Amino acid sequence: MKKILAILLTVALLIPTFALADNVVKIGVFEPSSGDNGAGGKQEVLGVEYANTLKPTVTIGGTEYTVQLVNVDNQSDSSKAVTAAQELVSSGVSLVLGSYGSGASMAGGDVFAEAGVPAIGLSCTNPSVTTLCDYYWRICFLDPFQGAVMANFANSLGAKKAYVLTMLGEDYGNGLGHYFTQAFEGLGGEVISETFPEGTSDFTAYINNAVNAGVEAIFAPCATTYASLIIDQAASMNVTFPLLAGDTWESSVILEAAAGKKVDVYVSTFFDENDTSGPASAFVSGFKAWLNENADKKTNNGGNDIVAAVSALGFDGYNVALAALEAAGSIDPADIAAALPGVVYEDAVTGSIAFDEIGDAKKDMAYVKKANNDTVAFDFVKTQSVAGLE
Amino acid sequence: MKRMSNTRKIVSVAVVFLIYFLAWFAEARLGTNSMLITVLKKGAVYALIAASMNLLNGFTGLFSLGQAGFMLVGAYVYAVFTIPLKRHAAVYQYYNGGIIQFELPMLVALLLAGIVAALLAALVGLPVLRLKSDYLAIATLGFAEIIRAIVQWDTLGPITNGSNLLKTYPTFKDAKIFGSTVLFPFLVSGVCIVVILLLINSTYGRAFKAIRDDEIAAEAMGVNLFRTKELAFVISCFFAGIGGALLAMFQGTVQANSFKSSMTYDILLMVVIGGMGSISGSVVASFLYIACSEWWLRFLDNELVIGTFHVPLLRSGFRMVVFSAVIMVVVLFFRKGLMGDKELWNLQLNRERRLRR
Amino acid sequence: MFNQLLPYLLAGVSVGGQYALIAVGYTMVYGILRLINFAHGDVFTAAGFFMVYLMASMPLGVAAPLVILLTVALGFTLERVAYKPLRQAPRMSVMISAIGASYLLQNLMWYVTGGLAKQYPVLPLLSDSVQIGAASTKVVTLVTPVLTVLLVVALQLLIKHTKIGMAMRAVSVDFETSQLMGIKINSVISTTFIIGSALAAVGSMLYFTNYSTVTPTVGAMPGLKAFVAAVFGGIGSIPGAVIGAFIIGICENLIKAAGYTAFSDAFTFALLILVLLFRPTGLFGEKTAEKV
Repeated sequence: MKKILAILLTVALLIPTFALADNVVKIGVFEPSSGDNGAGGKQEVLGVEYANTLKPTVTIGGTEYTVQLVNVDNQSDSSKAVTAAQELVSSGVSLVLGSYGSGASMAGGDVFAEAGVPAIGLSCTNPSVTTLCDYYWRICFLDPFQGAVMANFANSLGAKKAYVLTMLGEDYGNGLGHYFTQAFEGLGGEVISETFPEGTSDFTAYINNAVNAGVEAIFAPCATTYASLIIDQAASMNVTFPLLAGDTWESSVILEAAAGKKVDVYVSTFFDENDTSGPASAFVSGFKAWLNENADKKTNNGGNDIVAAVSALGFDGYNVALAALEAAGSIDPADIAAALPGVVYEDAVTGSIAFDEIGDAKKDMAYVKKANNDTVAFDFVKTQSVAGLE
Repeated sequence: MKRMSNTRKIVSVAVVFLIYFLAWFAEARLGTNSMLITVLKKGAVYALIAASMNLLNGFTGLFSLGQAGFMLVGAYVYAVFTIPLKRHAAVYQYYNGGIIQFELPMLVALLLAGIVAALLAALVGLPVLRLKSDYLAIATLGFAEIIRAIVQWDTLGPITNGSNLLKTYPTFKDAKIFGSTVLFPFLVSGVCIVVILLLINSTYGRAFKAIRDDEIAAEAMGVNLFRTKELAFVISCFFAGIGGALLAMFQGTVQANSFKSSMTYDILLMVVIGGMGSISGSVVASFLYIACSEWWLRFLDNELVIGTFHVPLLRSGFRMVVFSAVIMVVVLFFRKGLMGDKELWNLQLNRERRLRR
Repeated sequence: MFNQLLPYLLAGVSVGGQYALIAVGYTMVYGILRLINFAHGDVFTAAGFFMVYLMASMPLGVAAPLVILLTVALGFTLERVAYKPLRQAPRMSVMISAIGASYLLQNLMWYVTGGLAKQYPVLPLLSDSVQIGAASTKVVTLVTPVLTVLLVVALQLLIKHTKIGMAMRAVSVDFETSQLMGIKINSVISTTFIIGSALAAVGSMLYFTNYSTVTPTVGAMPGLKAFVAAVFGGIGSIPGAVIGAFIIGICENLIKAAGYTAFSDAFTFALLILVLLFRPTGLFGEKTAEKV
């Protein structure tokens, strides 16, 4: 019995990974579909999938290739992300898109770098994603910028004292909170920072701390799971100051939590759904129609057809990937990595994309939106550019 | 355990060498990034950790659930002291490059990881080991959580980088042996496991087992209960620390957030599947467990359409359901696990004796 | 000063009440089986999901009793499948089985929900805001401790004055002897799980009305803390568990008020270890002699 088992095991261990079919190029989609960031990850994947339905093939070096998306769930966890990334690499992807959540991206980055497979970060905003990894590029803005945007915005609302609440042990929130603090103190404001342990449900003590300290704004970049609790409890405690957060809060979860309550929620984000100029409007109407045709996809979007900014980034990321494949003229990851720095994609719905020497997109525009408590949608408040900050 | 005959020793060593050679050969053929090699590396790391937990839970009868906490310490000690100085500014981006302004060689840091974990265990053990069975379990679980909270504490950020992950330290690819990344974890794990085996077969090991079987009888026989328990705890945590450091090397990045109690449960289940009281069982079970959860069962997570037939149930998360159901079956119906309290070589020995008779 | 502390105390009492309803389940099972039922927190979470899915298709009046029923069924099945076969096995095996069961339940919930947070339905009245002094909070915050105390008093009466209660007490004192005296051990144990699960179901309604997000792992932390509360109060003692839960709930919030927010969970465990070291039988636990 033991012997048979041993033989079976050895055989199973030696099953080779199946070979590539002809004229197929694989793009890895490295996103969480479960865990704290699962909701956002699914929306990002939707953008990629929609882009894939519009452009299912790509011409590389004169040959037409069918694009095959390889999805893998990194479970929003930096330790699970390593094997998830490994799986993408071993399935022979030419390049990788993702991930929602900087922690997973950084963890996966090492695997991609080791294998020489280039990755394009869609909405991971922590600077370390690209600075510490030579194989990561990124198409969105960074936390130092985003933190500064929200600090300036808080300042423009008249806040002199802010409360920064982040989750213990999460890089995204802590990083963004750090940059917000830096910028806000630079503007002459005062910041009180606190962290909550993972799995916290009761935020009343934190909100009380903020109230007692007499703050005029709360900045709470954290996963939407916690965000909805924070909004709900802040509303039931009748707080008078606004809640601010970064890109993760731009989600229908937040809208539902804020619906019908007396609470002001502002977020900074990559893209404006109601922008009628340029490629964005075509994307918005097309994407909505696509969501409404596919019940599964609509469920993944949170059951509505509100276009999340991360979906727009997913859409852009896919197109940048195709542009990189065309520029490389090959499906070899090394060639693509070599071609990526020179890729420029003008028609991006989140604003034209070109990379700097670190691998970050030269993005200088963020959109500030406010959750409308009655219409359950995000209202556009203002755009903020880097130039405006200096 | 019966003393091994010389031929048996030679055969064992030869088998180990063969396995190492096969691992090396597989990597040379399939490439470093194949799933097989990934699973082998992670399996080797977990084999050591499972063996260290078995030493405590299976051989000494101390039901400790603090393994993840001590792995965390090991992983952090290793990472913090080996991050290259020139990378400090980028890694410790929020803490002005951190306050540790030197770096240690990889092997020294690896050893230090074990030593620091062991020292901490010695401290934790003083109060905790006075507790019995499930109280001990819950107290060690609690300590692991406390360790995690301290490591993530912002005030310690200049050392631990707070909530942010550590990276750019040397990993398995910086520890190539004969051009292979798989041999280093195999060697370190192998050496540690041999040490654990030697220990179990020494006087100390017999004292451990005496405590497991009957504390009061053991005490009557002159075993110093507390000192022996403390010794088992410290040694187990030493190897858990080294295992944690190896895990950090495997992952390439390390973040305190992933060392939750669920990690301890995973290791406990490996020990149970392999058989409480069998080191070789733990080793085999670790490889099986990692291969199943990370590789073989992955297909259960993907939707599958054969022709027009949509295979039901298959979607994200199904793998873990099947996996945990299988574990429950093992726990309920095969309580002895794969090996019970026997070792692989003993199995052969028994048959040999039967033949001789 | 009091006005500043009032909101923390309110939150503490409310959280404590919720821990109490879970802790009773732990302490009863431990009293009888000497088993830390690790899966109890997951039963609590499952109750939350039952409500989410049932409320989508039926009114509260039907859904709420059904949730309690389903949760009870789950608790009962759990005991029959995961614990009953191991009645004669060493305690470690049973505990491992409990961990395995918890793992299975979490993964199952993960699979069914897709791993995403679900919004708990709004229960009328309970979710409304109310003003107390300078503090504003939800009605459920006030209802929780009252309901908790009522339920526990009822439970206490059941244990002290009914036949099944007497059987439970007998079994918790001496498993084997009570069996010899003709008590049907299995039905007593099942009853314990049924009561524990029903209380967890009620607890989940109060808990999730306050904290409206349900995820597959949401029950783990409250579960652990409720266990700590049970140990703190003296495991096996129902009033002890309730008082322990309130103390832990209040302390936790005061720690946060003092600014040590990062350590609110760690504090609970530190407290547990201290209690175990200096008063291993908890506040109300009875001293038992070590049996050889």
